[in-house]
Amino acid sequence: MSRYVSFRDFDWLLLLFVLIICGLGVMEIRSATTHTKFAGAHVKQMEWVFAGVGMMFAMSLINYQALLERIHWFYIAAVGSLMGVLIFGQKYLGARRWIKMPGGNHFQPSEWVKLILILAVAKYFSEMHQRDLSWSDFMKAGAIVGVPMLMVLAQPDLGTALTYLPIALMGLFLGGLHWKQAAIVLLLGALCMPLAWHHLKDYQKARLTSFLQPDADPQGSGYQVTQSLIAVGSGGLWGGSGSQVHGAFLPVPQTDFIFAAFSEEHGFVGALVVLLLYFIVLMRLTQNAQTAPDRAGTFIVMGVVAVLSFHILVNVGMVVGFMPVTGIPLPLMSYGGSSVLFMFLALGLVMNVRMRRFVN
Amino acid sequence: MFGRDEKVSAIRLTAVQYLILAILLILAYRLWQLQVMQSNIYASLAEKNRIRNVPILAPRGKILDREGRTIVDNYPSFSALLLRDSNRDIAADADLIAEGLHLDPNEVRARIRHFANSPQYQPIFLKEDITPDELAFIEAHRNELPELDTIMAHRRLYPRKGFMAHLIGYVGEVSEDMLNQPQFELYNPGDVVGISGVEREYNALLMGQNGSRQAVVDSHGREIGHLGETEAVPGKTLRLTVDLDLQIAAEEALGDKNGAIVAMNPQSGEILAMVSRPTFDPNDFAVHISREEWNHLVTDPEKPLLNKAIQAQLAPGSTFKIIMSLAGWEEGIAQTMHVHCSGSAEFYGRRFGCWVKTGHGDVNLEKAIYQSCDVFFYTLAEKLGIDRIAKYATMLGLGQKTGIDLPNEVSGVMPSEEWKIRNFKQKWFAGETISVGIGQGAVATTPVQLMRAIAAISTDGRLVIPHVVNPDLLPKGFVQVSRYTQVKMVPFDQNGWTYITDAMGRVLLPEGTAPSAHIPGIDIAGKTGSAQVVSLATRARFKNSDALAQNGWFVGFTPRRNPDVIVCVLFQGGEHGKLAARITTQVIKAYVDKQRRTPPKMADQAEPKGKIEMSALWTEPDENGAESKLSGGRFLIDLASKPPKLATAAPGIE
Repeated sequence: MSRYVSFRDFDWLLLLFVLIICGLGVMEIRSATTHTKFAGAHVKQMEWVFAGVGMMFAMSLINYQALLERIHWFYIAAVGSLMGVLIFGQKYLGARRWIKMPGGNHFQPSEWVKLILILAVAKYFSEMHQRDLSWSDFMKAGAIVGVPMLMVLAQPDLGTALTYLPIALMGLFLGGLHWKQAAIVLLLGALCMPLAWHHLKDYQKARLTSFLQPDADPQGSGYQVTQSLIAVGSGGLWGGSGSQVHGAFLPVPQTDFIFAAFSEEHGFVGALVVLLLYFIVLMRLTQNAQTAPDRAGTFIVMGVVAVLSFHILVNVGMVVGFMPVTGIPLPLMSYGGSSVLFMFLALGLVMNVRMRRFVN
Repeated sequence: MFGRDEKVSAIRLTAVQYLILAILLILAYRLWQLQVMQSNIYASLAEKNRIRNVPILAPRGKILDREGRTIVDNYPSFSALLLRDSNRDIAADADLIAEGLHLDPNEVRARIRHFANSPQYQPIFLKEDITPDELAFIEAHRNELPELDTIMAHRRLYPRKGFMAHLIGYVGEVSEDMLNQPQFELYNPGDVVGISGVEREYNALLMGQNGSRQAVVDSHGREIGHLGETEAVPGKTLRLTVDLDLQIAAEEALGDKNGAIVAMNPQSGEILAMVSRPTFDPNDFAVHISREEWNHLVTDPEKPLLNKAIQAQLAPGSTFKIIMSLAGWEEGIAQTMHVHCSGSAEFYGRRFGCWVKTGHGDVNLEKAIYQSCDVFFYTLAEKLGIDRIAKYATMLGLGQKTGIDLPNEVSGVMPSEEWKIRNFKQKWFAGETISVGIGQGAVATTPVQLMRAIAAISTDGRLVIPHVVNPDLLPKGFVQVSRYTQVKMVPFDQNGWTYITDAMGRVLLPEGTAPSAHIPGIDIAGKTGSAQVVSLATRARFKNSDALAQNGWFVGFTPRRNPDVIVCVLFQGGEHGKLAARITTQVIKAYVDKQRRTPPKMADQAEPKGKIEMSALWTEPDENGAESKLSGGRFLIDLASKPPKLATAAPGIE
């Protein structure tokens, strides 16, 4: 049982590609923030990445089995922290998402709740004994993810709430979802859409629809989509002058729209390189999932895959006008401490599983 | 059934991999579409779709006098500005721009560098108030110099020829130093703010909030539409306590002479007029006054930018004797003191001269005041000692800022034993007290400070805070009203008050020091003063050069007790207080004339015209100068056919 766990089994290749992506992000943050009041953000981002790598190593050392055994405590803590945000959180731009930490940093609990959910879902599906997924499993897995999701929705933070969904979907799919069940759920979901729509706030509705017709309201929410498309498009094959970024036309070029900024400055070739890097990282992760020592390990790694690919899909989709503007950052590239630390902690879980692949 | 260690379906894992590949391929295809297929469309959109923030400048608030007459106004003018959202190298065009706008090319380049780190969408202001041919130059070079544009601005219109310039102050671009001060921290580089005077003190009120218009411009900088507009909020109008008619009279009375005049209502502390000479014309201070012009103003030895009414610290000379008299009275020394003045007296082994070389003979306090006998006050100073003098002078506000609502007031100096040790690490010499007795030596006051102290004596102890703005007319909470209206009561003996003010009432009579300033029919009390700039011996060495001439002072008020108005005149190089007294009485006469004309009942009556005959009785001193005898006479008075016109606005403001 207690076989020697060594950093030799660490996925150094994966870490290399992850760091390349981070490096491109730091480079772009630097370029997009010079001559703005955010100048110097790239240094801060580098500090976050270093801190993240450290936390990844730390995370990989704690046996994930031990984490899974105590998952119910973590889950309660996660729900408790979300409750804390709703009650004590800092209101900023109309939403309570942050808790102010001593030392002036702001902490966004909804990020680390993702980690707990990945573990909780992995725990649930690894202990499921029937081959077939029953409706009761379906409801239980839904509840595990659904409760925190509703709490984040109440902040209100639609974007982050949606990122919990792929964790549940990945669990259900790998857990043995039937095509018939999938069809029924999709149908029910479609029926519920109008009801959910009714409960959205006006600005959320506007953001969800504006990407379909960006010209309808060029100054409001459509403005961001239009400017983003112009930035990406004017980049051409090899990259352009970056006038959208440096002329301050592109909104938040260092966070949510960093991919647009990168695409404008480095063109189609640059954008394709970034997508390729993400593809390599995702494939490497799935490979680690296959070699995991047990079902729980596979579920953990695939949970990370689900979150990462969902973020890429929604963020890049937003930048190219396929998806609504939801304020979801591009993992590893976008500026922001919470997002960077979450990604490295998640990778720490992956390393954790990989280092124990020969155990048992 | 499968156990814990059963592997997850490999098919499903592979399916996930294919799903990810599909998503990334779709995204890559979309990027291909945008960046390769439609690249031209977006590239041209990027050129065309430029949104520019064009500022809409808020006009500053007007400044009015106490009756609502305009002192400072605005007028529309065009400013040239430089837009930086095109990709042009604007520094390369600096020479052509400078030529067209009549600027120094190096200054243009320096300005571009100065703003290099501010956001690109904020334009740089190049020149204010451009001339019609400069405007034509910009219009004619739209294509060659697309970065050059114009904007309508409201420029400050100040009264002509430096009228009231020191009180009003002027505006200018906020400096780097100012931005570091907390009161200016909300401003941006390029903002126009008050630099001195009322413009600075009440900047937050006078300054509006600029708006902006989001204009859509093409790559040539031409406006092709606009998205939205934030309207500018104009600054608020400020009403001063100054009376324009009195201000005009004071400006005329001082003429081109060096010095200062302050007039105040001694009951409330409202400043009615304030003049300082030499003056400057704030209209010359376009936002970018050229370096040479500025250096000239700053290095001028006459210091035209200095507001002497609150910033000149000079020996008060004999006017200080009033403060001495009060100190002496309150200590029970002066009222019984009799001195024989033989033209000089010896104290501590040194001979101190009186200004009347032949001496005043027997002198009591009253005579010492209206004849300004130095020997009497030397003796009084010796008896009081410096600390008792300093105690009363400090109670009357000397050596401290008055708290007037104008920036950069100075505090003056009121020496004492403790002051000497603190500042010079030396003991006070008793001999120094003698000079202080006649307002020489270390004592230094500003005109406003001296006026306030004597105002307190004339009003039986009301020490007011001079102010140029009525706090009740300001927005609620803008200032602490009590900071302006609080009155400190200095306790006096009633008899001393009557005695001293009566003695001051004789200064303008034939037996006083300034009979030539007497104005029949107005009860003016006051005190002359002349103060040495350097010792008489030094002055003789410089061949009695005018630059070292004595300063003349006069503080006068009417009526002699509980006056309505008090005026302090500093006439630098005026040699004797009687010249300052003439200036003072002219200003007081203008005030009284206006008051007498104003009552509404008089206006209703048919005004008598031409010459009228009047008889009158009065008292005057006999040959001995001590007892007064009753005289009478008849006068022919020539009434002006129509009263002099009152001002409707400050000179130069229509």
